[in-house]
Amino acid sequence: MSPKTLTEKILSRAAGKDVSPGDVIEAKVDIVAFHDLTGYHVIEVMEKAEMLKVFDKNKIVIAFDHLAPPPDVRSAEIQGYIRKFVRSQGIPNFYDINYGILHEVLIEQYANPGQVILAADSHTTTSGAVGAFAQGMGASDIAAAVITGKTWLVVPQPFKVILEGKPAKWITGKDVALKLLGDFKADYFNGMSIEVFVKDSLSFPMDYRATVSNMGIEMNADALMFIPDQETKRYIKEMRGYEPEIITPDNNAKYVDEYTIQLDKLEPLVAAPHSVDNVKVVNELEGTPVDQVYIGSCTNGRLSDFEIAAKIMKGKRVKSRCIAIPASYKMFKEALEKGYIQTLVDAGCIVTYGTCGPCLGGHFGIAGPGENIVSTSSRNFKGRMGSNDAKVYLSGPAVAAISAIEGKITDPRVI
Amino acid sequence: MIVEGSVIKFGDKIDTDIIIPARYLKYTDPQYLAQHAMEPLDPEFYKKASKGVIIVAGKVFGMGSSREQAAIALKAAGVKAIIAESFARIFYRNAINNGLPVITLPNATKEINEGVIVKINVETGEVFVGDKVLKGKGITGMALEILKAGGIMEYLKSIQRVN
Repeated sequence: MSPKTLTEKILSRAAGKDVSPGDVIEAKVDIVAFHDLTGYHVIEVMEKAEMLKVFDKNKIVIAFDHLAPPPDVRSAEIQGYIRKFVRSQGIPNFYDINYGILHEVLIEQYANPGQVILAADSHTTTSGAVGAFAQGMGASDIAAAVITGKTWLVVPQPFKVILEGKPAKWITGKDVALKLLGDFKADYFNGMSIEVFVKDSLSFPMDYRATVSNMGIEMNADALMFIPDQETKRYIKEMRGYEPEIITPDNNAKYVDEYTIQLDKLEPLVAAPHSVDNVKVVNELEGTPVDQVYIGSCTNGRLSDFEIAAKIMKGKRVKSRCIAIPASYKMFKEALEKGYIQTLVDAGCIVTYGTCGPCLGGHFGIAGPGENIVSTSSRNFKGRMGSNDAKVYLSGPAVAAISAIEGKITDPRVI
Repeated sequence: MIVEGSVIKFGDKIDTDIIIPARYLKYTDPQYLAQHAMEPLDPEFYKKASKGVIIVAGKVFGMGSSREQAAIALKAAGVKAIIAESFARIFYRNAINNGLPVITLPNATKEINEGVIVKINVETGEVFVGDKVLKGKGITGMALEILKAGGIMEYLKSIQRVN
Protein backbone atom coordinates (compact mmCIF):
# COMPACT_ATOMS: atom_id res chain seq x y z
CA MET A 1 0.00 0.00 0.00
CA SER A 2 1.25 3.49 -0.83
CA PRO A 3 2.16 5.76 2.09
CA LYS A 4 -0.73 7.86 3.33
CA THR A 5 -1.28 11.34 4.73
CA LEU A 6 -3.47 11.85 7.79
CA THR A 7 -6.30 13.03 5.51
CA GLU A 8 -6.13 9.83 3.42
CA LYS A 9 -5.86 7.59 6.50
CA ILE A 10 -8.90 9.12 8.18
CA LEU A 11 -11.03 9.16 5.04
CA SER A 12 -9.98 5.63 4.01
CA ARG A 13 -11.25 4.32 7.33
CA ALA A 14 -14.44 6.37 7.03
CA ALA A 15 -15.08 5.18 3.46
CA GLY A 16 -14.21 1.56 4.23
CA LYS A 17 -11.75 1.46 1.32
CA ASP A 18 -8.49 3.02 0.16
CA VAL A 19 -9.04 6.59 -1.00
CA SER A 20 -6.87 9.17 -2.78
CA PRO A 21 -7.17 12.95 -3.29
CA GLY A 22 -9.89 13.83 -5.80
CA ASP A 23 -12.00 10.74 -5.08
CA VAL A 24 -15.68 11.34 -4.39
CA ILE A 25 -16.52 9.13 -1.42
CA GLU A 26 -19.29 8.23 0.96
CA ALA A 27 -17.87 8.55 4.46
CA LYS A 28 -19.14 7.35 7.82
CA VAL A 29 -19.33 10.13 10.38
CA ASP A 30 -18.25 9.76 14.03
CA ILE A 31 -19.92 12.88 15.41
CA VAL A 32 -22.62 15.15 13.98
CA ALA A 33 -23.28 18.41 15.78
CA PHE A 34 -25.28 21.61 15.59
CA HIS A 35 -26.15 24.65 17.65
CA ASP A 36 -29.28 26.70 18.22
CA LEU A 37 -29.08 29.05 15.23
CA THR A 38 -28.41 26.36 12.61
CA GLY A 39 -30.05 23.55 14.57
CA TYR A 40 -33.62 24.70 14.12
CA HIS A 41 -32.97 24.82 10.37
CA VAL A 42 -31.54 21.27 10.44
CA ILE A 43 -34.60 19.95 12.28
CA GLU A 44 -36.91 21.90 9.97
CA VAL A 45 -35.32 20.19 6.94
CA MET A 46 -35.77 16.79 8.65
CA GLU A 47 -39.40 17.59 9.42
CA LYS A 48 -40.16 18.67 5.86
CA ALA A 49 -38.62 15.47 4.54
CA GLU A 50 -40.57 13.46 7.12
CA MET A 51 -37.37 11.80 8.34
CA LEU A 52 -37.32 12.92 11.93
CA LYS A 53 -35.07 10.26 13.39
CA VAL A 54 -31.39 10.42 14.29
CA PHE A 55 -29.02 7.62 13.20
CA ASP A 56 -27.43 7.26 16.64
CA LYS A 57 -28.44 9.50 19.52
CA ASN A 58 -25.06 9.02 21.20
CA LYS A 59 -23.21 10.46 18.22
CA ILE A 60 -25.14 13.73 18.10
CA VAL A 61 -23.88 16.76 20.04
CA ILE A 62 -25.99 19.88 20.44
CA ALA A 63 -24.95 23.10 22.19
CA PHE A 64 -26.78 26.42 22.44
CA ASP A 65 -24.36 29.25 21.78
CA HIS A 66 -25.37 31.69 19.05
CA LEU A 67 -28.59 32.80 20.74
CA ALA A 68 -27.44 32.24 24.30
CA PRO A 69 -28.96 33.55 26.42
CA PRO A 70 -31.86 34.35 24.06
CA PRO A 71 -31.86 38.06 23.15
CA ASP A 72 -35.46 38.04 21.88
CA VAL A 73 -38.64 35.98 21.71
CA ARG A 74 -37.80 34.38 18.36
CA SER A 75 -34.48 33.10 19.76
CA ALA A 76 -36.25 31.64 22.79
CA GLU A 77 -38.75 30.03 20.43
CA ILE A 78 -35.94 28.47 18.36
CA GLN A 79 -34.32 27.05 21.48
CA GLY A 80 -37.65 25.69 22.71
CA TYR A 81 -38.15 23.93 19.39
CA ILE A 82 -34.71 22.27 19.63
CA ARG A 83 -35.19 21.27 23.30
CA LYS A 84 -38.34 19.47 22.21
CA PHE A 85 -36.35 17.62 19.54
CA VAL A 86 -33.64 16.72 22.08
CA ARG A 87 -36.26 15.25 24.42
CA SER A 88 -38.17 13.39 21.72
CA GLN A 89 -34.98 11.77 20.37
CA GLY A 90 -33.49 11.19 23.84
CA ILE A 91 -30.21 12.89 22.89
CA PRO A 92 -27.89 12.76 25.91
CA ASN A 93 -25.14 15.09 24.64
CA PHE A 94 -27.06 18.33 24.94
CA TYR A 95 -25.69 21.61 26.33
CA ASP A 96 -28.25 24.29 27.09
CA ILE A 97 -27.42 28.01 27.35
CA ASN A 98 -25.36 27.48 30.50
CA TYR A 99 -22.34 25.71 29.03
CA GLY A 100 -20.70 27.35 26.06
CA ILE A 101 -19.69 27.40 22.43
CA LEU A 102 -20.24 24.20 20.41
CA HIS A 103 -16.70 23.97 18.98
CA GLU A 104 -15.21 24.33 22.45
CA VAL A 105 -17.57 21.63 23.77
CA LEU A 106 -16.44 19.34 20.94
CA ILE A 107 -12.71 19.64 21.58
CA GLU A 108 -13.05 19.60 25.38
CA GLN A 109 -15.24 16.53 25.52
CA TYR A 110 -15.75 14.62 22.28
CA ALA A 111 -13.31 15.04 19.39
CA ASN A 112 -10.63 12.39 19.08
CA PRO A 113 -7.72 11.91 16.67
CA GLY A 114 -8.76 10.22 13.43
CA GLN A 115 -12.47 10.94 13.64
CA VAL A 116 -14.74 12.46 11.01
CA ILE A 117 -16.76 15.26 12.58
CA LEU A 118 -19.47 17.30 10.87
CA ALA A 119 -21.40 20.22 12.26
CA ALA A 120 -23.78 22.83 10.96
CA ASP A 121 -21.28 25.62 11.47
CA SER A 122 -18.27 26.60 9.41
CA HIS A 123 -15.89 26.73 12.38
CA THR A 124 -16.22 22.98 12.88
CA THR A 125 -12.63 22.90 11.56
CA THR A 126 -11.68 23.70 15.20
CA SER A 127 -11.77 19.98 16.07
CA GLY A 128 -8.81 19.57 13.69
CA ALA A 129 -6.75 20.75 16.66
CA VAL A 130 -6.82 17.19 18.06
CA GLY A 131 -6.33 15.57 14.65
CA ALA A 132 -9.93 15.01 13.57
CA PHE A 133 -11.12 15.59 10.02
CA ALA A 134 -13.78 18.17 10.81
CA GLN A 135 -15.95 20.11 8.40
CA GLY A 136 -18.80 22.56 8.58
CA MET A 137 -21.81 22.05 6.34
CA GLY A 138 -25.21 23.61 5.71
CA ALA A 139 -28.50 22.56 7.27
CA SER A 140 -29.54 20.11 4.53
CA ASP A 141 -26.20 18.27 4.47
CA ILE A 142 -26.21 18.04 8.26
CA ALA A 143 -29.83 16.85 8.29
CA ALA A 144 -28.81 14.06 5.91
CA ALA A 145 -25.84 13.14 8.14
CA VAL A 146 -28.02 13.21 11.28
CA ILE A 147 -30.41 10.73 9.64
CA THR A 148 -27.92 8.43 7.89
CA GLY A 149 -24.64 8.83 9.81
CA LYS A 150 -22.94 9.34 6.47
CA THR A 151 -22.00 12.09 4.06
CA TRP A 152 -20.40 12.50 0.65
CA LEU A 153 -17.05 14.22 0.29
CA VAL A 154 -14.38 14.98 -2.25
CA VAL A 155 -11.08 13.80 -0.76
CA PRO A 156 -9.00 17.02 -0.52
CA GLN A 157 -5.41 17.51 -1.65
CA PRO A 158 -3.18 17.43 1.45
CA PHE A 159 -0.82 20.37 2.12
CA LYS A 160 1.88 20.25 4.79
CA VAL A 161 2.63 23.07 7.21
CA ILE A 162 5.57 22.77 9.61
CA LEU A 163 5.83 24.85 12.78
CA GLU A 164 9.40 25.22 14.00
CA GLY A 165 10.84 26.71 17.18
CA LYS A 166 9.14 28.35 20.13
CA PRO A 167 6.67 31.23 19.73
CA ALA A 168 8.19 34.68 20.27
CA LYS A 169 6.80 36.80 23.13
CA TRP A 170 3.03 37.48 22.82
CA ILE A 171 2.83 35.23 19.74
CA THR A 172 -0.02 32.69 19.83
CA GLY A 173 -2.08 30.58 17.45
CA LYS A 174 -3.81 33.66 16.02
CA ASP A 175 -0.54 34.96 14.58
CA VAL A 176 0.08 31.60 12.90
CA ALA A 177 -3.41 31.61 11.38
CA LEU A 178 -3.02 35.21 10.20
CA LYS A 179 0.46 34.45 8.83
CA LEU A 180 -1.00 31.67 6.64
CA LEU A 181 -3.88 33.94 5.55
CA GLY A 182 -1.58 36.85 4.75
CA ASP A 183 0.91 34.75 2.79
CA PHE A 184 -1.52 32.48 0.92
CA LYS A 185 -4.73 34.60 0.83
CA ALA A 186 -8.28 33.38 1.38
CA ASP A 187 -8.68 31.26 -1.74
CA TYR A 188 -5.41 29.33 -1.98
CA PHE A 189 -6.33 26.28 0.11
CA ASN A 190 -9.70 25.74 -1.58
CA GLY A 191 -10.01 21.96 -2.09
CA MET A 192 -7.05 21.19 0.18
CA SER A 193 -6.64 19.90 3.70
CA ILE A 194 -3.85 21.43 5.73
CA GLU A 195 -1.88 19.04 7.95
CA VAL A 196 0.21 20.84 10.55
CA PHE A 197 3.35 19.23 11.97
CA VAL A 198 4.65 20.76 15.21
CA LYS A 199 8.38 20.09 15.53
CA ASP A 200 8.57 20.68 19.26
CA SER A 201 5.21 19.27 20.37
CA LEU A 202 4.77 20.99 23.72
CA SER A 203 5.88 24.43 22.49
CA PHE A 204 2.59 24.91 20.67
CA PRO A 205 -0.23 24.13 23.11
CA MET A 206 -3.75 22.94 22.31
CA ASP A 207 -5.26 26.40 22.86
CA TYR A 208 -3.10 27.76 20.05
CA ARG A 209 -3.83 24.76 17.83
CA ALA A 210 -7.55 25.28 18.27
CA THR A 211 -7.23 28.88 17.07
CA VAL A 212 -5.31 27.84 13.93
CA SER A 213 -7.72 24.98 13.12
CA ASN A 214 -10.67 27.27 13.78
CA MET A 215 -9.45 29.66 11.10
CA GLY A 216 -8.84 26.86 8.60
CA ILE A 217 -12.25 27.78 7.20
CA GLU A 218 -11.05 31.39 6.68
CA MET A 219 -8.29 29.88 4.50
CA ASN A 220 -11.09 28.03 2.72
CA ALA A 221 -9.38 24.73 3.49
CA ASP A 222 -11.58 21.61 3.57
CA ALA A 223 -9.99 20.76 6.92
CA LEU A 224 -7.04 21.90 9.01
CA MET A 225 -5.59 19.20 11.22
CA PHE A 226 -2.71 19.08 13.66
CA ILE A 227 -0.82 15.80 13.54
CA PRO A 228 -1.64 14.15 16.89
CA ASP A 229 1.36 14.07 19.25
CA GLN A 230 2.39 14.37 22.92
CA GLU A 231 0.42 17.61 23.32
CA THR A 232 -2.72 15.95 21.93
CA LYS A 233 -2.37 13.12 24.47
CA ARG A 234 -1.70 15.57 27.30
CA TYR A 235 -4.75 17.69 26.45
CA ILE A 236 -7.25 14.87 26.13
CA LYS A 237 -5.93 13.16 29.26
CA GLU A 238 -6.24 16.41 31.22
CA MET A 239 -9.73 17.19 29.90
CA ARG A 240 -11.26 13.71 29.94
CA GLY A 241 -8.99 11.46 31.97
CA TYR A 242 -8.01 9.02 29.25
CA GLU A 243 -5.19 8.80 26.75
CA PRO A 244 -6.44 8.77 23.16
CA GLU A 245 -5.15 6.49 20.44
CA ILE A 246 -2.90 8.43 18.13
CA ILE A 247 -3.07 8.30 14.35
CA THR A 248 -0.28 9.86 12.28
CA PRO A 249 0.61 10.08 8.58
CA ASP A 250 3.17 7.70 7.08
CA ASN A 251 6.72 9.09 6.99
CA ASN A 252 6.99 9.37 3.22
CA ALA A 253 3.38 10.39 2.53
CA LYS A 254 2.96 12.73 -0.43
CA TYR A 255 1.79 16.34 -0.05
CA VAL A 256 0.99 18.82 -2.83
CA ASP A 257 3.39 21.27 -1.21
CA GLU A 258 4.80 22.32 2.14
CA TYR A 259 5.45 25.52 4.04
CA THR A 260 7.45 26.20 7.18
CA ILE A 261 6.73 28.87 9.79
CA GLN A 262 9.47 29.89 12.24
CA LEU A 263 7.54 30.62 15.42
CA ASP A 264 10.39 32.56 17.03
CA LYS A 265 10.44 35.01 14.10
CA LEU A 266 6.71 35.77 14.00
CA GLU A 267 5.50 39.28 14.84
CA PRO A 268 2.04 40.17 16.22
CA LEU A 269 -0.30 40.32 13.22
CA VAL A 270 -3.67 41.99 12.59
CA ALA A 271 -6.21 41.45 9.79
CA ALA A 272 -7.46 44.89 8.76
CA PRO A 273 -11.01 45.51 7.43
CA HIS A 274 -12.84 43.99 5.60
CA SER A 275 -10.98 40.82 4.77
CA VAL A 276 -9.39 38.05 6.82
CA ASP A 277 -6.38 38.01 4.48
CA ASN A 278 -5.71 41.76 4.67
CA VAL A 279 -2.95 41.00 7.15
CA LYS A 280 -0.49 43.56 8.52
CA VAL A 281 2.15 43.62 11.23
CA VAL A 282 0.59 45.40 14.23
CA ASN A 283 2.88 48.43 14.12
CA GLU A 284 1.61 49.33 10.63
CA LEU A 285 -1.77 50.04 12.26
CA GLU A 286 -0.52 51.53 15.52
CA GLY A 287 -2.50 54.50 16.79
CA THR A 288 -5.79 53.56 15.08
CA PRO A 289 -8.48 54.61 17.62
CA VAL A 290 -10.46 51.70 19.08
CA ASP A 291 -14.05 52.02 20.33
CA GLN A 292 -14.60 48.42 21.41
CA VAL A 293 -12.50 45.33 22.06
CA TYR A 294 -13.86 41.80 22.08
CA ILE A 295 -11.85 38.98 23.65
CA GLY A 296 -13.51 35.59 23.21
CA SER A 297 -15.34 33.42 20.62
CA CYS A 298 -14.59 29.89 19.42
CA THR A 299 -11.37 31.35 17.99
CA ASN A 300 -9.83 32.86 21.13
CA GLY A 301 -11.96 32.27 24.21
CA ARG A 302 -9.65 29.83 25.99
CA LEU A 303 -7.69 29.93 29.22
CA SER A 304 -4.42 31.06 27.62
CA ASP A 305 -6.23 33.98 25.98
CA PHE A 306 -7.50 35.13 29.37
CA GLU A 307 -4.11 34.57 30.95
CA ILE A 308 -2.51 36.90 28.38
CA ALA A 309 -5.27 39.50 28.68
CA ALA A 310 -4.99 39.43 32.49
CA LYS A 311 -1.19 39.82 32.39
CA ILE A 312 -1.57 42.91 30.23
CA MET A 313 -4.55 44.44 32.07
CA LYS A 314 -3.36 43.82 35.63
CA GLY A 315 -3.65 47.05 37.66
CA LYS A 316 -4.78 49.10 34.64
CA ARG A 317 -8.07 50.50 33.31
CA VAL A 318 -9.43 50.07 29.80
CA LYS A 319 -9.91 53.17 27.64
CA SER A 320 -12.02 51.31 25.04
CA ARG A 321 -15.19 49.39 25.89
CA CYS A 322 -14.09 45.80 26.41
CA ILE A 323 -16.20 42.64 26.34
CA ALA A 324 -14.55 39.37 27.36
CA ILE A 325 -16.23 35.97 27.01
CA PRO A 326 -14.59 32.64 27.90
CA ALA A 327 -15.73 30.01 25.38
CA SER A 328 -17.17 27.58 27.91
CA TYR A 329 -18.21 27.13 31.51
CA LYS A 330 -14.99 25.21 32.11
CA MET A 331 -12.86 28.02 30.66
CA PHE A 332 -14.84 30.58 32.68
CA LYS A 333 -14.40 28.65 35.91
CA GLU A 334 -10.68 28.14 35.43
CA ALA A 335 -10.19 31.80 34.52
CA LEU A 336 -12.16 32.66 37.66
CA GLU A 337 -10.06 30.39 39.89
CA LYS A 338 -6.83 31.78 38.49
CA GLY A 339 -7.97 35.35 39.12
CA TYR A 340 -8.05 36.40 35.45
CA ILE A 341 -11.73 37.31 35.54
CA GLN A 342 -11.18 39.46 38.63
CA THR A 343 -8.33 41.29 36.88
CA LEU A 344 -10.41 41.93 33.76
CA VAL A 345 -13.42 43.10 35.76
CA ASP A 346 -11.19 45.43 37.83
CA ALA A 347 -9.82 46.80 34.55
CA GLY A 348 -13.37 47.68 33.50
CA CYS A 349 -14.24 44.80 31.15
CA ILE A 350 -17.71 43.29 30.84
CA VAL A 351 -17.25 39.55 31.40
CA THR A 352 -19.77 36.80 30.78
CA TYR A 353 -19.62 33.25 29.48
CA GLY A 354 -20.91 30.92 26.83
CA THR A 355 -22.17 33.02 23.94
CA CYS A 356 -21.19 33.67 20.32
CA GLY A 357 -23.18 36.93 20.51
CA PRO A 358 -20.73 39.69 19.49
CA CYS A 359 -18.72 37.63 16.98
CA LEU A 360 -21.51 37.42 14.42
CA GLY A 361 -23.25 40.68 15.24
CA GLY A 362 -25.91 38.77 17.12
CA HIS A 363 -26.17 40.46 20.50
CA PHE A 364 -24.16 41.48 23.56
CA GLY A 365 -21.86 43.96 21.81
CA ILE A 366 -23.02 45.16 18.41
CA ALA A 367 -20.76 47.57 16.51
CA GLY A 368 -22.26 50.97 15.70
CA PRO A 369 -21.70 53.05 12.52
CA GLY A 370 -18.20 54.46 12.20
CA GLU A 371 -16.83 52.44 15.10
CA ASN A 372 -13.50 50.60 15.15
CA ILE A 373 -13.47 47.19 16.79
CA VAL A 374 -10.50 45.03 17.71
CA SER A 375 -11.69 41.47 18.00
CA THR A 376 -10.04 38.13 18.73
CA SER A 377 -12.80 36.38 16.75
CA SER A 378 -12.43 34.89 13.27
CA ARG A 379 -14.04 37.25 10.77
CA ASN A 380 -13.93 40.93 9.89
CA PHE A 381 -16.32 40.86 6.94
CA LYS A 382 -18.29 44.02 6.22
CA GLY A 383 -21.24 44.19 8.63
CA ARG A 384 -20.08 41.10 10.50
CA MET A 385 -20.30 42.57 14.00
CA GLY A 386 -23.22 44.92 13.35
CA SER A 387 -23.15 48.13 11.30
CA ASN A 388 -21.92 47.95 7.70
CA ASP A 389 -19.97 51.11 8.48
CA ALA A 390 -18.03 49.61 11.40
CA LYS A 391 -14.47 48.41 10.93
CA VAL A 392 -13.31 45.16 12.52
CA TYR A 393 -9.62 44.41 13.10
CA LEU A 394 -8.76 40.80 13.99
CA SER A 395 -5.92 40.07 16.38
CA GLY A 396 -4.67 37.73 19.05
CA PRO A 397 -5.37 38.35 22.74
CA ALA A 398 -2.22 40.39 23.43
CA VAL A 399 -2.92 43.04 20.77
CA ALA A 400 -6.60 43.13 21.80
CA ALA A 401 -5.85 43.58 25.51
CA ILE A 402 -3.18 46.27 25.12
CA SER A 403 -5.34 48.09 22.54
CA ALA A 404 -8.24 48.15 25.05
CA ILE A 405 -5.94 49.64 27.70
CA GLU A 406 -4.50 52.28 25.37
CA GLY A 407 -7.74 53.01 23.49
CA LYS A 408 -5.92 52.58 20.19
CA ILE A 409 -4.22 49.77 18.29
CA THR A 410 -0.95 49.12 20.09
CA ASP A 411 1.98 46.76 19.68
CA PRO A 412 2.15 44.56 22.80
CA ARG A 413 5.94 44.42 22.48
CA VAL A 414 6.12 47.93 24.03
CA ILE A 415 5.27 46.38 27.41
CA MET B 1 -30.23 21.66 -17.95
CA ILE B 2 -30.07 25.12 -19.57
CA VAL B 3 -30.29 28.39 -17.63
CA GLU B 4 -30.47 31.87 -19.12
CA GLY B 5 -30.44 35.39 -17.71
CA SER B 6 -28.81 38.82 -17.62
CA VAL B 7 -25.65 39.28 -15.62
CA ILE B 8 -25.12 41.07 -12.31
CA LYS B 9 -21.44 41.20 -11.52
CA PHE B 10 -19.52 41.14 -8.23
CA GLY B 11 -15.82 40.96 -7.33
CA ASP B 12 -13.75 38.52 -5.28
CA LYS B 13 -14.53 37.14 -1.82
CA ILE B 14 -18.28 37.77 -1.65
CA ASP B 15 -18.82 36.33 1.84
CA THR B 16 -21.91 34.93 3.49
CA ASP B 17 -22.27 37.93 5.82
CA ILE B 18 -22.72 40.02 2.67
CA ILE B 19 -25.08 37.53 1.03
CA ILE B 20 -27.33 37.36 4.10
CA PRO B 21 -26.34 39.11 7.36
CA ALA B 22 -26.59 37.07 10.57
CA ARG B 23 -29.47 39.11 12.00
CA TYR B 24 -31.83 37.51 9.46
CA LEU B 25 -30.86 33.91 10.22
CA LYS B 26 -33.59 33.30 12.76
CA TYR B 27 -35.88 32.75 9.80
CA THR B 28 -35.85 30.42 6.82
CA ASP B 29 -38.75 31.84 4.78
CA PRO B 30 -37.28 32.32 1.27
CA GLN B 31 -39.28 35.47 0.48
CA TYR B 32 -38.21 37.17 3.73
CA LEU B 33 -34.56 36.23 3.16
CA ALA B 34 -34.71 37.34 -0.50
CA GLN B 35 -35.49 40.92 0.52
CA HIS B 36 -32.20 41.09 2.43
CA ALA B 37 -29.96 39.30 -0.07
CA MET B 38 -26.66 41.16 -0.67
CA GLU B 39 -27.96 43.98 1.53
CA PRO B 40 -24.60 45.29 2.83
CA LEU B 41 -23.37 45.82 -0.75
CA ASP B 42 -26.61 46.75 -2.50
CA PRO B 43 -29.91 47.11 -0.60
CA GLU B 44 -31.73 47.23 -3.95
CA PHE B 45 -30.32 43.88 -5.08
CA TYR B 46 -33.54 41.91 -4.66
CA LYS B 47 -35.40 44.38 -6.88
CA LYS B 48 -32.76 44.09 -9.59
CA ALA B 49 -32.64 40.30 -9.29
CA SER B 50 -36.40 39.80 -9.39
CA LYS B 51 -36.46 39.69 -13.19
CA GLY B 52 -34.25 36.59 -13.11
CA VAL B 53 -30.50 37.10 -13.19
CA ILE B 54 -27.20 35.27 -13.27
CA ILE B 55 -24.48 36.33 -10.86
CA VAL B 56 -20.92 36.49 -12.19
CA ALA B 57 -18.26 36.81 -9.49
CA GLY B 58 -14.57 36.41 -8.72
CA LYS B 59 -12.80 34.14 -6.27
CA VAL B 60 -14.24 32.10 -3.35
CA PHE B 61 -17.84 33.17 -3.76
CA GLY B 62 -19.78 32.31 -0.59
CA MET B 63 -16.81 32.13 1.76
CA GLY B 64 -17.50 32.16 5.48
CA SER B 65 -20.44 30.80 7.36
CA SER B 66 -22.31 27.52 6.79
CA ARG B 67 -25.67 29.35 6.74
CA GLU B 68 -27.80 27.69 4.09
CA GLN B 69 -29.94 30.83 4.03
CA ALA B 70 -27.27 32.36 1.76
CA ALA B 71 -28.20 30.03 -1.09
CA ILE B 72 -31.91 30.19 -0.24
CA ALA B 73 -31.91 34.03 -0.24
CA LEU B 74 -30.19 34.34 -3.61
CA LYS B 75 -32.41 31.78 -5.28
CA ALA B 76 -35.59 33.33 -3.91
CA ALA B 77 -34.44 36.81 -4.95
CA GLY B 78 -34.38 35.60 -8.56
CA VAL B 79 -30.82 34.39 -9.08
CA LYS B 80 -31.02 31.50 -11.56
CA ALA B 81 -27.34 30.50 -11.46
CA ILE B 82 -23.96 31.71 -10.23
CA ILE B 83 -20.80 31.70 -12.32
CA ALA B 84 -17.70 32.33 -10.21
CA GLU B 85 -13.94 31.93 -10.57
CA SER B 86 -14.08 29.69 -7.50
CA PHE B 87 -16.57 28.82 -4.77
CA ALA B 88 -16.26 28.18 -1.07
CA ARG B 89 -16.94 24.50 -0.44
CA ILE B 90 -19.86 24.89 1.98
CA PHE B 91 -21.69 27.44 -0.16
CA TYR B 92 -21.22 25.27 -3.25
CA ARG B 93 -22.92 22.34 -1.50
CA ASN B 94 -25.67 24.54 -0.08
CA ALA B 95 -26.43 25.92 -3.54
CA ILE B 96 -26.74 22.44 -5.02
CA ASN B 97 -28.83 21.28 -2.06
CA ASN B 98 -31.23 24.12 -2.87
CA GLY B 99 -31.35 23.61 -6.62
CA LEU B 100 -29.23 26.65 -7.45
CA PRO B 101 -26.75 25.86 -10.27
CA VAL B 102 -23.12 26.89 -9.65
CA ILE B 103 -20.52 26.98 -12.43
CA THR B 104 -16.80 27.44 -11.84
CA LEU B 105 -15.17 29.49 -14.61
CA PRO B 106 -11.63 30.91 -14.39
CA ASN B 107 -11.45 34.56 -15.57
CA ALA B 108 -15.25 34.82 -15.41
CA THR B 109 -15.12 38.47 -14.30
CA LYS B 110 -12.82 39.38 -17.21
CA GLU B 111 -14.75 37.46 -19.86
CA ILE B 112 -18.32 38.45 -18.97
CA ASN B 113 -19.71 41.98 -18.71
CA GLU B 114 -22.45 43.35 -16.48
CA GLY B 115 -25.87 43.35 -18.12
CA VAL B 116 -25.18 40.90 -20.97
CA ILE B 117 -27.39 37.86 -21.49
CA VAL B 118 -25.68 34.51 -20.85
CA LYS B 119 -26.88 31.00 -21.39
CA ILE B 120 -25.43 28.11 -19.34
CA ASN B 121 -25.37 24.39 -19.88
CA VAL B 122 -25.23 23.35 -16.24
CA GLU B 123 -23.95 19.82 -16.90
CA THR B 124 -21.17 20.60 -19.41
CA GLY B 125 -20.28 23.93 -17.81
CA GLU B 126 -20.46 25.72 -21.17
CA VAL B 127 -21.33 29.41 -20.89
CA PHE B 128 -22.63 31.12 -24.04
CA VAL B 129 -22.01 34.87 -24.19
CA GLY B 130 -22.96 36.36 -27.58
CA ASP B 131 -20.81 34.44 -30.08
CA LYS B 132 -18.38 33.23 -27.43
CA VAL B 133 -18.49 29.84 -25.74
CA LEU B 134 -16.59 29.77 -22.44
CA LYS B 135 -15.72 26.41 -20.94
CA GLY B 136 -16.40 26.24 -17.22
CA LYS B 137 -16.69 23.34 -14.80
CA GLY B 138 -20.23 22.05 -14.77
CA ILE B 139 -22.00 19.95 -12.17
CA THR B 140 -21.48 16.21 -12.51
CA GLY B 141 -21.63 12.98 -10.56
CA MET B 142 -23.32 12.88 -7.19
CA ALA B 143 -23.71 16.68 -7.08
CA LEU B 144 -25.70 16.57 -10.35
CA GLU B 145 -27.93 13.79 -9.04
CA ILE B 146 -28.62 15.85 -5.91
CA LEU B 147 -29.27 19.01 -7.93
CA LYS B 148 -31.64 17.16 -10.26
CA ALA B 149 -33.49 15.58 -7.34
CA GLY B 150 -34.01 19.07 -5.91
CA GLY B 151 -31.68 18.71 -2.93
CA ILE B 152 -29.99 16.16 -0.69
CA MET B 153 -33.13 15.25 1.26
CA GLU B 154 -35.17 14.62 -1.90
CA TYR B 155 -32.21 12.62 -3.18
CA LEU B 156 -32.21 10.53 0.03
CA LYS B 157 -35.93 9.90 -0.30
CA SER B 158 -35.53 8.79 -3.92
CA ILE B 159 -32.75 6.35 -2.95
CA GLN B 160 -34.88 4.92 -0.15
CA ARG B 161 -37.73 4.42 -2.59
CA VAL B 162 -35.42 2.47 -4.93
CA ASN B 163 -33.98 0.34 -2.12
